[in-house]
Amino acid sequence: MLKINNLTVEIENQKILKNINIDIKTGEIVALFGPNGSGKTTLLMALMGYDKYDITEGKIFFKGKDITNLSIDERVKMGIGMMFQRPPVVKGVTVNDLINLAGDVETDYSQLSNQLNADAFLNRYLNDGFSGGEIKRSELLQLISLQPDLLLLDEPESGVDVENVELIGRTINDLLHENLIIEKNGLTQKQRHEKRKRSGFIITHTGHILEYVNADRAIVFIDGHIVCKGNPGEVLNMIKENGFEECKKCDQRV
Amino acid sequence: MNKKLEMLTTEKKDEHPYQEDLSKLSAADKKRMIHAGIDLDSGDKSGTFLMKDQSIVHCNIAQDSVELLSMEDASRKYDNLDDYWWKLVAPDKDQYTKKVKENDGQGYFIRAKEGQKSIFPVQTCLYLEHSGTVQTVHNVIIAEAGSEVDIITGCTSKEKSNQTSAHLGVSEIYVKKGAKVTYSMIHNWDEDVKVRPRTGVRIEEGGQFISNYISMKAVKDVQMNPAAHHVGKDASSSFNSILVAPQGAHLDIGAQVFLEAENTSTEIVSKALTTGGEIISRGLISGQGLKARGHLECQGLVLSDKGRIYTVPELDGRLSDIDLSHEAAVGKVAQDEIEYLMARGLTEDQAISLIVKGFLSAEIKGLPEILEKEIDDNVKKIEKDAF
Ligand SMILES: Nc1ncnc2c1ncn2[C@@H]1O[C@H](COP(=O)(O)OP(=O)(O)O)[C@@H](O)[C@H]1O
Ligand SMILES: [Mg+2]
Repeated sequence: MLKINNLTVEIENQKILKNINIDIKTGEIVALFGPNGSGKTTLLMALMGYDKYDITEGKIFFKGKDITNLSIDERVKMGIGMMFQRPPVVKGVTVNDLINLAGDVETDYSQLSNQLNADAFLNRYLNDGFSGGEIKRSELLQLISLQPDLLLLDEPESGVDVENVELIGRTINDLLHENLIIEKNGLTQKQRHEKRKRSGFIITHTGHILEYVNADRAIVFIDGHIVCKGNPGEVLNMIKENGFEECKKCDQRV
Repeated sequence: MNKKLEMLTTEKKDEHPYQEDLSKLSAADKKRMIHAGIDLDSGDKSGTFLMKDQSIVHCNIAQDSVELLSMEDASRKYDNLDDYWWKLVAPDKDQYTKKVKENDGQGYFIRAKEGQKSIFPVQTCLYLEHSGTVQTVHNVIIAEAGSEVDIITGCTSKEKSNQTSAHLGVSEIYVKKGAKVTYSMIHNWDEDVKVRPRTGVRIEEGGQFISNYISMKAVKDVQMNPAAHHVGKDASSSFNSILVAPQGAHLDIGAQVFLEAENTSTEIVSKALTTGGEIISRGLISGQGLKARGHLECQGLVLSDKGRIYTVPELDGRLSDIDLSHEAAVGKVAQDEIEYLMARGLTEDQAISLIVKGFLSAEIKGLPEILEKEIDDNVKKIEKDAF
């Protein structure tokens, strides 16, 4: 689904990511760990096509097509959707305005909005005075309205209380398995996993989100490099025990 | 002005015939009026006053709660009009008020009856038809104690010509005890019109005055700075302006609010957007009464390097127990906002329109529907001018 080939990204002539290679298959969920400032957000912004993130080397392929030079909206139309860590305030544009423009006009979002506890901020301006949890729930509502095939999730649990982490985690998991939402109770985790079509790329600092979303693999970033790859649970445990520094020495090193 | 004001002639009062039936107006006139926010379908149900050059072309109202008269008829009917006449605007204030005084007597008179709330907005339309002339208007609005009235004033002119014209309007607005007046003005002038409204407002105890002003077209030059005196306890006002200046336009728009009594308050918010013209946004709040509160805000969006937005905020605090503040921000459309909306699938153009539209209407509470429509209609044009 997504192939990142030897990607080097600069911000204002400063190299942030160096020769990154990542492959995410259809239906696969990959977790991305790394200390603050290691370049996780930079990678997702570059995948989205943000202007400030200069791709100076390498290519991005999505569904087999080279998207390195496509505009943001063209990528979105191809099926990439992102949940931002710190989205900007847009005065005068409500959450409702945007989901109705972004989503399918035929769809009724009221039930979804209700489920996400979003009714209270639907008619507020985007991210204007939103709490941490409200930002995430609004981002998620927008993401669902886009029905993306690849979900780029930038710290979906950061700044959110326990209750919201659970709501957000479960909703993300449902979205990833959306073709199964109705029949999910009759299916085992393994069966659900096999039927899954959507892919996910999840940045997480704490790993909490992984209690609700089962990642297949994990990648660790330090200083704009991939330093480690492995089983998400094992990698997370190692980070928790020894910190990221130890990760650098990890034997599964790439 | 390529001609001095003294040299501009004023049309005669009987130049244009009275038109009983609004639907019989010419198609061109109707179109201009609609763009100035006048709803012709609701016509006399609401109350409609139409003045073309110096002629009263229509004046009728079916609501009992409000009186709508030409100034001439009002002065025949009431002998105490002198109490309201030139009391809030001084005739010798400047050359424009002097000119109105010279030509005095033509305009509208609106009186909301005591304790009565009007359902429909009263509409007035001031239409400058003959280029190369000056239109002078003198209006009086009285909201008697406990009344509520919405007034929509649309000001417009005929299609572009090469001669400069001028519109000079003196308006005196009395908001009595506990009354509420919403006064919305849409300017829809052409490139060769010079506009000088001169407005004074007096708000008594518990009275509320809400002004919404919109100018989005290529007017040559507008300069106005209405003054509102809060003379009674708890009187409040808000002044909202939505200003769009295409290339060649010069808008110098402000509000001066004098919080003279205890616990009075005001909010002055202006949204200024230039696609090449110049906007000067002024605001003055003078806090003279105990616990007076005022907030002044100007948000500016510069969409072209040829344009300019200049803000002049003034706060004058004369007591310790008052609260006055101002904030201003001027810049271009933020790249991170555009990209964020694109990340929801909007094209760059769609993202910019949505942001511009949001910018113009955000935080202006209770904007009449017709003004919202005017904004929508103009956003496309703004983009065309800017990019
Ligand atoms: N807009 C920017 N301008 C300059 N430097 C930036 C900008 N955004 C990020 N950086 C730098 O890029 C590096 C990676 O940041 P980021 O991708 O946000 O890290 P992470 O998401 O892993 O915490 C940091 O050193 C950060 O300071
Ligand atoms: Mg980050």
